[in-house]
Amino acid sequence: MTRPAIELRGITKTFGSIVANKNIDLDVRYGEILSILGENGSGKTTLMNMISGIYFPDAGQILINGHEVVIRSPKDAFAHGIGMIHQHFKLVDVFSAAENIVLGHEEKRFNKKAIAAEVREICELYGFDVDPEKKIYEMSVSEKQTVEIIKVLYRGADILILDEPTAVLTPQETEKLFAVLRRMRDAGKAIVIITHKLHEVLSLSDRVSVLRKGEYIGTVKTAETDETALTEMMVGKKVSLNIERNDPKSLEKRLEVKDLTCIDREGTQVLSNISFSANGGEILGIAGIAGSGQRELLEAIAGLQKYQTGEILYFDPATGETESLKDKTPMQIRELGVRLSFVPEDRLGMGLVGNMDIVDNMMLRSYRGGKSAFLDRKKPKDLADEIIEELEVATPGVHTQVRKLSGGNVQKVLVGREIAAAPTVFMAAYPVRGLDINSSYMIYNLLNKQKENGVAVIFVGEDLDVLIELCDRILVIGSGQITGLVDARRVTKEEIGLLMTRSVSSDGAAPEKEGEKE
Amino acid sequence: MPAFFSELIAILSRAIASGMPFLYGSTGETLTEKSGHLNLGIPGIMCVGASSGCVAIAAYAGSVGGLENGNPFLCLLLSVLASVSGGVLMGLIYCFLTVTLRANQNVTGLALTTFGTGVSTYMISKVENADFVPANKFFTYSVRNAVGHNAFTDSWFGELFLSYGFMIYLAIIIAVIAAYVLKKTRIGLNLRAVGENPATADAAGVNVSRYKYVFTCIGSGIAALGGLCYIMDNLNGNWEYSISEIGWLSIALVIFTLWRPNLGILGSVVFGALRILGNSNFIRGVDKSILQMLPYLVTILVLVVVSMRNRRENQPPAHLGQNYFREER
Repeated sequence: MTRPAIELRGITKTFGSIVANKNIDLDVRYGEILSILGENGSGKTTLMNMISGIYFPDAGQILINGHEVVIRSPKDAFAHGIGMIHQHFKLVDVFSAAENIVLGHEEKRFNKKAIAAEVREICELYGFDVDPEKKIYEMSVSEKQTVEIIKVLYRGADILILDEPTAVLTPQETEKLFAVLRRMRDAGKAIVIITHKLHEVLSLSDRVSVLRKGEYIGTVKTAETDETALTEMMVGKKVSLNIERNDPKSLEKRLEVKDLTCIDREGTQVLSNISFSANGGEILGIAGIAGSGQRELLEAIAGLQKYQTGEILYFDPATGETESLKDKTPMQIRELGVRLSFVPEDRLGMGLVGNMDIVDNMMLRSYRGGKSAFLDRKKPKDLADEIIEELEVATPGVHTQVRKLSGGNVQKVLVGREIAAAPTVFMAAYPVRGLDINSSYMIYNLLNKQKENGVAVIFVGEDLDVLIELCDRILVIGSGQITGLVDARRVTKEEIGLLMTRSVSSDGAAPEKEGEKE
Repeated sequence: MPAFFSELIAILSRAIASGMPFLYGSTGETLTEKSGHLNLGIPGIMCVGASSGCVAIAAYAGSVGGLENGNPFLCLLLSVLASVSGGVLMGLIYCFLTVTLRANQNVTGLALTTFGTGVSTYMISKVENADFVPANKFFTYSVRNAVGHNAFTDSWFGELFLSYGFMIYLAIIIAVIAAYVLKKTRIGLNLRAVGENPATADAAGVNVSRYKYVFTCIGSGIAALGGLCYIMDNLNGNWEYSISEIGWLSIALVIFTLWRPNLGILGSVVFGALRILGNSNFIRGVDKSILQMLPYLVTILVLVVVSMRNRRENQPPAHLGQNYFREER
């Protein structure tokens, strides 16, 4: 079963002056699962997009089943039996599962019953569970992903490419997905999964191909490698993968959330009866399926989200007084001396202004401080220089527009600015999303440093392994409710996974918001 | 037949006739919007549709030496074809700017409205009004005219269903076909996907640009007929610049009918009724200008209600107004 399905020869793709892929050779075989491993920005997705017809290579050849082919559009890719499951699901929200599955599939007949029957047949064959008539916007993330997979199977794909398929799944859902993938492999299909999670690579795939900065580094058999060796291939140098976690000392209560209930504009209850406290000198992790209310919770604390009942109390470390944050604007919260720093999930949308340079983005936090009628750019510029220096931001200069920086560097500028405000409570939502391994560990260390300084750190994360290694306590939320508060030193990933889905299974699908954003 | 009843039938019959220009406009705009393009050029397109149709009649009349010597069918066919072509040409300009060059849709649409109004003024100034006014009798030739007045054609049924020219029926037929295509066919599914999420449609192998071009142009062609219908049927061939009002109201009608051409048939009759109210002394003591506002007010009300209920199926296409570029990153 080692017949090659896809052979890539010298594939190169550039976007303007950026080389996304450089002279890449790669083989994918039938009856195996191949992992494409690489950090964010290493060109994994670009490479696969060329096989699935989204991009067209500048140079090089693609061979399918031993014959050279030209793939100009997704249609061509389907004709060669290639199906790709994208990281951002390519589904039409207001369509039903069946409508999404047949979309673009050119056959004369358009019979909803026959389509539904065919979909059920595929479901039975591989053990999926999906209602063909259900609308996408009513589905949970993992259901959406199932629809995506059925979609490519319905088109008769023999070569499946999955782009970061586990990023949004719970550990249990991930296991289910892996079981399906193994069944498909055993049925003789060629499967490619793009990922940067090492443990998944090791548990699932037969071979691993590594990309680094757009270049092909090599391919190894999974059985003959381990985490350290793969990381070295990925990063190009030895990296220590341990997060230094000291026991919290001199804990003092900094923030208390009491019975917080929040109903959003559409009338859905996004947070119900949330109560917890955060202490200075510890990192409190928040785990949960994307869109379970994490964003609303942080925004409620920062004063950006109105809440109906409940109270948020702040214990000022300088004066020892207790302040209530309810019904205060973000500005009032700051004026009261309550310092909250907030890294929104959507870093360019809410954190920074893309068309302004780094200095001006620094001023967004400080421009009210000046006394003169004219702006003083000296201090913000010094701060920008400092952040670029300390966090190793790759930028042509302080006056570069932020939107021109790569995702990781944008994130560093944002985190750097928020930390520079010397907060007493530091909230960070997905601060390492899109960062490479080195930068991620730099951010973890920064959070740890804040903790050492007595700051109450609240960290919303998506990688459970990191949450367990970095945090002191982990608050688990599901569908806007607290489903557990656990000691990060004793808990296992599976336990958190179960807590994440606990309330979800009792009242149907979780309200899911993440997927809608592009 | 009681007098009140016959009066009601007469009003309804007029409402249907004056509603159909809206129906052309809204069916055309709905098809365009389903492909993700907000074409604010509809008023201009309707102007061009009307003037090209009129110019074609005048040209035909000139070539056969007076309409009375010509073939009515050929005259109507040429007029309708010219009107549709005018609309499609305008649609092509819009598509080239917004699909190919990815220009801002709102600005392009508004520019096209101004442009279309100007072009139609120029075209009409080059022909004698007298050349196309007589063609009005071809446009309004109804079943009742064909079989003559009798007990059946003068009954309420005859008044409601047999008293119109062909363009009134054509509007309804087009709307029904459009509704069927959108809801029941693979082409409709693909088109809706293009407007909802072009990246998804693209990845599924749908030719996004082709769908956008084809349906924006078809939509413009249909909308153009609305202008012709307004001038030659409703206004009996008298040229008026109020066509662009019909255009704006048609765009409002799209929202009013929640992007559904079959609802558009009912909606256009409502708009037609509101419009006759605005132009008549039916309700005494109320200022005419207030009555003329009614269609817009109703649309605002519908928007409020729809936004409050917030059902996903009733929302505009998700990518309405946003241009699509595959290799954007």
